[in-house]
Amino acid sequence: MTELEAGRARTLLPVRGGAMLLRYRDVMIALIAFAVLASLPLFTGSKALLDFVIRCSAYGLFATSLNLLVGYTGLTSFGHGMFFGLGAYSFGLIMQKLSVPIPVAFVATLAITAVIAAGIGAICVRLKEIYFAFVTLAFQMLIHSTILSWASFTGGDQGLRGGIPRPAFFGVDLANHVHLYIASCALLVLGLLAMRQIAQSPFGYTLRMIRDNAARASFLGIDVWRAKLTVFVLAALFASMGGMVMALFVSGAYPEFAYWTISGEGIFINMLGGVSTFLGPMVGTVLLLLLNDTVTRFTEYHGIVLGVVILFFALGLRKGLLDFVADWFSHRRDAGEGR
Amino acid sequence: MEVLPVDLDALAGCLSSSACLVTQTTSGLIIGMLLFLVAVGLTLIFGVLKIVNFSHGAFYMFGAYFAMTAYQLTGSFALAMLAGAAGTATLGLIFERVFMSRVYGADVLMQLLVCYAFVLIFDDVVRLIWGPEFKSMGMPAAFQVMPLFIAGGVVPPYYLLLIGVALAAAIVLGIGLSRSRIGKVIRAAAHNSGMVSALGINTGLIYGGVFALGGGLAGLAGALAAPVRSLTPGMGFSVLIESFIVTVIGGMGSIVGALVGALLIGLIRSFGSLGFPLFTEGLMYLFMVIVLVSKPTGLFGKEAA
Repeated sequence: MTELEAGRARTLLPVRGGAMLLRYRDVMIALIAFAVLASLPLFTGSKALLDFVIRCSAYGLFATSLNLLVGYTGLTSFGHGMFFGLGAYSFGLIMQKLSVPIPVAFVATLAITAVIAAGIGAICVRLKEIYFAFVTLAFQMLIHSTILSWASFTGGDQGLRGGIPRPAFFGVDLANHVHLYIASCALLVLGLLAMRQIAQSPFGYTLRMIRDNAARASFLGIDVWRAKLTVFVLAALFASMGGMVMALFVSGAYPEFAYWTISGEGIFINMLGGVSTFLGPMVGTVLLLLLNDTVTRFTEYHGIVLGVVILFFALGLRKGLLDFVADWFSHRRDAGEGR
Repeated sequence: MEVLPVDLDALAGCLSSSACLVTQTTSGLIIGMLLFLVAVGLTLIFGVLKIVNFSHGAFYMFGAYFAMTAYQLTGSFALAMLAGAAGTATLGLIFERVFMSRVYGADVLMQLLVCYAFVLIFDDVVRLIWGPEFKSMGMPAAFQVMPLFIAGGVVPPYYLLLIGVALAAAIVLGIGLSRSRIGKVIRAAAHNSGMVSALGINTGLIYGGVFALGGGLAGLAGALAAPVRSLTPGMGFSVLIESFIVTVIGGMGSIVGALVGALLIGLIRSFGSLGFPLFTEGLMYLFMVIVLVSKPTGLFGKEAA
């Protein structure tokens, strides 16, 4: 063993142990978070609060999956909302037309999303930066137009109406509000945990390397195109999950779910919460939904208020809230260590 | 299961009738020309400032509302056009100097966010000032004359004016940019703004000027569209998306590309509405996908900028 290899072996071991610890820590945090969320109905009978958490689950899954692309891989997708809409529509259509159990429809929707995302991604991830953004936007609008014009199948601009049947499975009755709430929380926590695992895996670090220097990653023997395509499909799956939660919640699917504004909101949520921390998009989701709900209650001109808040973040903080807090803490720690 | 509604007979019928051909082509041309005026500003701003102005549609909207108000106050169509263009140019200058200039060199997402904020704010400002309902400027009396008949097709005279004004703007812009001193400075700034600044030219002024020019052109498009379209808060949005498609197809930063892209999209829209009545928009996006996949920098874009 050369000295170099010996040195590497020494440094590698504690790191691996640390990774295991981190993983257990993540699982513990997820379990605690789920326990807290799931016990919420015991303390409050507020339907509005539970509804709020369900919406946070749907948007949170979507926004965090977008961060896998934007924050971790540097792929600024403007069309990520298409998978949110796709998830809602395929789930709704499968449940309405085929009347299969919910888990079957869930898995089938994920499969459909994976196939479509692989096809679209194969075309998109070849392009760089602003062109990637525009092609994803174009695909999003293509799917939106298809939904609007294929009225006999998708219900056109009226959306999927008549409700989505929600037969009980394994004792879970999603027509029951509390059951739906618990299921949404479970999906959110599981989804976040899975995305966290992806982000912290060697593959996740490959993505960061591609973001920072794709050419160097390619020289190191990484198939950049394949890695980008993989994360594109993975992110699409979680966005589709978010769409399914939304479809279950509103018991339908509407063309707005596939409209580009969903993608715009996703980007906005990411910027609001911050893209450099894993939970940034989740914080952003809660912030945006809170902001939307309170502002619409007080004024009909919520665009002005929302716009000013965005300006405050963009021109004032110049970063997302969680990024700002994280920076502030690291500054304070550095100052404390006398650096 | 019925597939996408397609009416190829209507399309074929139109292509074989000269009257229908003329009517559809003119309507395609006016869509294209309006789009060109918006898109060329977008492409100029991108070329020089390297910023994707997501709030560009708002200038189109303001142009239309300014023109309507000026027309109602003065009754003069020419003044209405001037108000639309000059008002939005001023707005563009202020917007660039006060807000956009703070995010140069920042993350692209940050720039988009500032623009997104203004899309929301501007739409609500219009709602505050002019109200949320649909408004109409009405056709000026000078153009309320018999339509022209060209090869059996009906062409309102206002359409000809609209196409003429847009074409004139395109020519002036093209010649101005390639021949005049200011045009050369602008092109130099697009190429290497640091060097231009080092040569003692105030690049802040150039940036503001280009933004004002782009905003003014979009405002002019809005003013020209005001007599033939209904005015509503948020009207800038579909125009914005379409002019994005135009600039992307033509190539970001290319003026010729914007013209060709705008005309192509205009014709696709007018003829597509016959053959694929409900999928006209989809047709545009499909076309954009095809262009981008075969030539990612757009038809007239520079390779690997």
